[in-house]
Amino acid sequence: MSKLSVKINGEDVSAEVEPRLSLADFIRDHRRLTGTHLGCEHGVCGACTILMNGEPIRSCITFAVIANGTEITTIEGFDDDEPMEQLRKAFHEHHALQCGYCTPGMLVAARDIVMRLPEADEERVRLELAGNLCRCTGYVGIVNAILAVLNNRLA
Amino acid sequence: MKSAKFEHRQTESLNEALSLLGSADGETRVLGGGQSLGPMMNLRLAQPDQLIDLSSVDGLDEILVDGDHLHIGARVTHARIEDGGVPGVTGEYMKFVAAGISYRSVRNRGTIGGSVAHADPAADWPSALLALGGDVLVAGQDGERRVSLDGFQIGPFATGLGYDEILIGFVLPVLGRNASTGYYKVNRKPGEFADAIGAVVVGENARVICGATKSAPFRVSAVEEKLSSGGTELSVGEAREMITAHDPGFDDYELQIHGVALSRAVGRAFA
Repeated sequence: MSKLSVKINGEDVSAEVEPRLSLADFIRDHRRLTGTHLGCEHGVCGACTILMNGEPIRSCITFAVIANGTEITTIEGFDDDEPMEQLRKAFHEHHALQCGYCTPGMLVAARDIVMRLPEADEERVRLELAGNLCRCTGYVGIVNAILAVLNNRLA
Repeated sequence: MKSAKFEHRQTESLNEALSLLGSADGETRVLGGGQSLGPMMNLRLAQPDQLIDLSSVDGLDEILVDGDHLHIGARVTHARIEDGGVPGVTGEYMKFVAAGISYRSVRNRGTIGGSVAHADPAADWPSALLALGGDVLVAGQDGERRVSLDGFQIGPFATGLGYDEILIGFVLPVLGRNASTGYYKVNRKPGEFADAIGAVVVGENARVICGATKSAPFRVSAVEEKLSSGGTELSVGEAREMITAHDPGFDDYELQIHGVALSRAVGRAFA
C-alpha cells in the first residue's frame, strides 16, 4: 500500500491505496465521485478526462499514487466555474449529448479548448475533440456548443 | 483492463533512482509520464514488478540553448513542446511533431524521454529526433554518458540503454534559419499511433527517416543523397524504390504508405 494525499474538488483527501489502483477507480470507487466515467481504460476514449493541477489528463491511465500532492478537479467540481457554466448551458441548448456517457470527459476537454484556444475555428475544435469519443451525437451538437461558447467569449 | 500488482517507488534523486534500479529484483521499469506504459499495464502487455517514479527528481525538465546545441530534459512534456517551449527552427519542427502526438490530455503527461526510452516503433519522437540527429544523455551508476541517436533504438521496444541506466535527456542541434524540415505521418485518425512516418531535416546535411516500421526507424540514404545534392521533390515511386533498398520487409501496402509518408514529408520540407 502507498500513502496518497491529494486535493479533490477543493477537499483534502488522505488514503492508503494499492499502487495498481487507477486514479479513475480511486475517484469513483473510493470517493464515490461517479461523474468521471470509464470507457476504454487505456487512454483512447477520453470519458475519464479530469483536471490535474488545472490541466486535462486521463485518469484511467494515471495511477492514483501519481496524483500524490496534486489538485484534482472532477466534473463534480465545476459548479462555480464560469467557462463550465457557459458550456453546460450550450451543451443543453445545442443538444450536445444523447446518452451522456462521454459528456463529463467531453466537458472537461471542451473547457480546455475554450481556455487554451480562444480563437479556435470549427476545424480546430474537431481536431481537439479527436481524443474524446462520442458514439451517439455525430459531434455536430458538441462542436456547435463549443463554438457558441467560443464566439460568446470573444464578443 | 486493470494493471497487475506492482510496487511503486517514489524517488527523490537520480542517484536514488539509479541505485534502486541497479539493485532491483524482478522486472523494473522507470516511469516518466506513464502515457504508454500505463495503457500497456492496463492491458497487461507489461507487468513490471516495480515502477521507479522519476516525477520528484529535480533537473529533468530543463530546456537550455548552449551555443549550437539544445539540451532537453527527459521529462519535458509533449504539451510544453507543442506550446513553443523549444526555441528556434528546431523548436518549430518539434512543435509540429508534438502537436500530432495523441491528444492534449495525453500530451500534458507524456514525456519526450519516456517516448524514446519506451521505443515503440509507432511513436513519434524516436523517428522525429533521429531526423534531427544528436545524442541521448544516459545516467548510470558510474556517471553519465552520451550515446548517438543513430543506432540508439535497436528494435521494437529495445534501445541501447543498459538495465541499470536511465535516459535523462537529449542534446540536439540548433538548426539554422535556412534549414528545411518536414514531418508526415499516416494514421487513421488524428492522434492515433502512426502506421507510417516520414521525417526530413535538411540542415548542414540531409537526414531522412522512414519510421513506424516493424522495428527501429532507419535513415534512407538514397533520399538523403538526393536532397543533399539539391533535390527538393520526391515522388512516391522513387520513395518506394529507395526504401526497398533497405530491405525493411514491407508488403506492398506498407511500402506504399511509407512511400507516401516520405514523399509528403519531403513536400512539406520544401513547401
